[in-house]
Amino acid sequence: MDITTKHTEAPPPAAQAPAGTEQKRAARGATRPGDRIFLGLSRGSGIFLLVIMAAIAVFLTYRASLAISKDEANFLTAFEWNTGVIPPRFGIAVLAFGTIVSSIVAMVIAVPIAVAIALFLTHYAPRKLRGPIAYVIDLLAAVPSIVYGLWGALILVPHMDGLFGWLNDYLGWTGVFSWEGGAPRSMLTVGILLAIMILPVITNVSREVFRQAPQMIEEAALALGATRWEVIRMAVLPFGRSGVISASMLGLGRALGETMAVATVLSPTFDIQTSLLDPGGGTFAQNIASKFGEATEFGRDALIASGLVLFVITLLVNGAARAIIARRKEYSGANA
Amino acid sequence: MSTAIVDKPSTLQGARLPKWAPYAIAGGSLALAIGIGLAAGLHSRVQWGLIAAILFVVGTYGIAARVEGTRQAKDRIATSLVWVSFLLAVVPLVSLVWVTVARGVKVLDVYFLTHSMGVVADTEPGGGIYAAILGSLEQVGLATLIAAPVGVLTAIYLVEYGRGNLSRAITFFVDVMTGIPSIVAGLFILSLMLMLDLEPFGFAGSLALAILMMPVVVRSTEEMLKLVPNELREASLALGVPKWRTILKVVLPTSIGGITTGIMLAIARIAGETAPVLLLVWGNPFINANPFEGAQASLPLYIYQQYANSAGSGAAYDRAWAASLTLIAFVMILNLVARGIARWKAPKTGR
Amino acid sequence: MAKRIDVSGLTAYYGSHKAIEDISMTVEPRSVTAFIGPSGCGKSTFLRTLNRMHEVTSGGRVEGKVLLDDEDLYGHGIDPVSVRREVGMVFQRPNPFPTMSIFDNVAAGLRLNGSYKKSELSDIVEKSLKGANLWNEVKDRLNKPGSGLSGGQQQRLCIARAIAVEPNVLLMDEPCSALDPISTLAIEDLIGELKERFTIVIVTHNMQQAARVSDRTAFFNLAAVGQPGKLIEIDDTERIFSNPSVQATEDYISGRFG
Repeated sequence: MDITTKHTEAPPPAAQAPAGTEQKRAARGATRPGDRIFLGLSRGSGIFLLVIMAAIAVFLTYRASLAISKDEANFLTAFEWNTGVIPPRFGIAVLAFGTIVSSIVAMVIAVPIAVAIALFLTHYAPRKLRGPIAYVIDLLAAVPSIVYGLWGALILVPHMDGLFGWLNDYLGWTGVFSWEGGAPRSMLTVGILLAIMILPVITNVSREVFRQAPQMIEEAALALGATRWEVIRMAVLPFGRSGVISASMLGLGRALGETMAVATVLSPTFDIQTSLLDPGGGTFAQNIASKFGEATEFGRDALIASGLVLFVITLLVNGAARAIIARRKEYSGANA
Repeated sequence: MSTAIVDKPSTLQGARLPKWAPYAIAGGSLALAIGIGLAAGLHSRVQWGLIAAILFVVGTYGIAARVEGTRQAKDRIATSLVWVSFLLAVVPLVSLVWVTVARGVKVLDVYFLTHSMGVVADTEPGGGIYAAILGSLEQVGLATLIAAPVGVLTAIYLVEYGRGNLSRAITFFVDVMTGIPSIVAGLFILSLMLMLDLEPFGFAGSLALAILMMPVVVRSTEEMLKLVPNELREASLALGVPKWRTILKVVLPTSIGGITTGIMLAIARIAGETAPVLLLVWGNPFINANPFEGAQASLPLYIYQQYANSAGSGAAYDRAWAASLTLIAFVMILNLVARGIARWKAPKTGR
Repeated sequence: MAKRIDVSGLTAYYGSHKAIEDISMTVEPRSVTAFIGPSGCGKSTFLRTLNRMHEVTSGGRVEGKVLLDDEDLYGHGIDPVSVRREVGMVFQRPNPFPTMSIFDNVAAGLRLNGSYKKSELSDIVEKSLKGANLWNEVKDRLNKPGSGLSGGQQQRLCIARAIAVEPNVLLMDEPCSALDPISTLAIEDLIGELKERFTIVIVTHNMQQAARVSDRTAFFNLAAVGQPGKLIEIDDTERIFSNPSVQATEDYISGRFG
């Protein structure tokens, strides 16, 4: 009885290793002219991509350093953006704050709703509707951001007054939701619009993850007499957790770098509003788009410097998302 | 025998709420919310809706917990929250599509598509998007000419040749590139232009768009190439066909449908990009058919400029909506055609 | 605890496709009934209609009656969730919850139904694991994940999980087909012990297994591919294997087809 069945389990995919070396040998052994040219072209394209990435980092850093070296204020902490004067004084504190706040608002709204919609599509919606709805969500992910921006500025903003008044009445005492009655072109509106924009992205990835939750585990829960919600809690969410996290990170990456939707909706100022409801503040991308037109060459370098910071932030966020996805692959591979 | 087991219900007849119960509770909470709203003199309909939603959730839980037990009640709450989330998300999306179509068709006609702004002031009616369409087509076309071959060849390298550190680095940086905000791509080209002392022109925008497009093409092409069964490659190689001809004659034809789909979806994505065009192409009310010299118009940028320079003029907003409708239509048609190709050319897997 | 199952005129569909047609049989309490038959004859589908798992698959639909001690599982107002608590199921491939420990796996069904004291829970878990002949192998690692066990152990863990909630009936869908001979033997011994307490229905591809473990055997067959599966006959296992009353059964058992 104690003799168990270890030997019956197939060994881990060691079979891949020989295939890999074989491929490599085939690539090295490309002696025909056609093979060499083709390999050269395709490898060259790959290297070209690497060169572009390196160039982006190098050129942005170079131009940014030109601006930052002449900055009389602290680039990271200053609350002003005066690049046209001598000596120039500018800093990214306001932009960093606004970018992070608007993205957090977007995430707080979008992630739960996106997860719910993903569950709706995998477990609740009538089966016949699942395909069409998923298709529509795919298409919505393709709507250009400038159209969201136009809709946000002309339709969403006028409809925010009621919500803002209500929040001010009941939650105004928190300070975060107080409202002085200005046009609702504030961080909260921006966050709501960003949430709508990243909703399809998060929904799509989460739906994929939930769909891959193993059917037989769900059946195990069902056969124990679990309700639908209990099945989801026992057999779907535990599998989906890391997937949802990485989906959210991808959405966050989008929200951080979104330009036009913020530029159309926000009425920017170069200071920090403690309330989410009062207009003002700014984000990296919005600031670049709005200030670019009148900027001098030095002003553009300063904007490039702020863009470099945005670049680094999105790299970190996306890198974290990819790392989570990669770890999940390993995890599920080990259990397959 | 443990005591807990004796407690088990001996019957399978779980007490169930009737099918119409959720609707009744929804109607009841709505009526109650309106009553409360009127009595308390709350003006905002958002408030009424929130009160109704809270009453619905509490009411459902209370009633279901009494009749069916807490487990069923939790299940019902989860179900209603999921449905509410879905409906909540549908509202803005339906509104977006509806408004764009309803307002867009006002000025969208042949005149609008075949004329440009020229000397028409932004605050006055008239003018059109011909220059913008022309500019967009040229910029996106040039971007595709650069990004599609590079992207496909890179994917071929990754799938057919790459195994070592180089391919791992490329895979990693393609992922990184996918996440680059479009405005950063624009700033990169801008930094080159500052160094070369160049004025804005269409092709600069194409370069930024190409940077955004390449990783998307690589990713989708890679997926497609991986779907080609290895047996096909081996069959061809075993016949003594050199590897590069195997790729060209066997692998690519098998996956060409999927690759085309991926490229078209990538085009749809960059066609709506505004930020890099704003930095690099500037926009131009006059027709400039030469993407290599002088500022050009672009459709997404046109929308932004009509909005930003409108000074509240209805005519400018109408043009912005009409241009949005045109852009969405273009993107959607690309999407639909791409999916059509994918379905039509899908490799027969025999399932 | 064991209850009798009375099936009459049961037909099950996948969408418009009729998978099994007009099946009637009685399953005696405290006995093992084996379902045998060629692939695609609907024996697994039939098994899944007995705890209303069939309707979980897309397009799954059932007509007819399944009485569990005089109560129709498909009657008006019956809650499928309660049905599945009364009629437990063990699947073809072991499917412990991979994110839970061994202990939590066994306790999963109990926790769904209400609150138990820690000591109560431990008692039931221990009893169930002992009932599944797994206690001695896992008692020192109850907090380790269930997915770390061998295939045979995992399957016995799934059996422990199913019997922990004290169902009336235990359905087993080819429980040994993914296991090696030694683990199979362990499961078969276990089935022999469990039938003292439960009504057991087992689907198997392995006729020797049916002969070894079951008291009664039902033979299913289908006229042709795409046709619905039907119950050919059900009788004492001994009779089915020595002297079946239908020619098709004899052909199948003697290996002339299937």
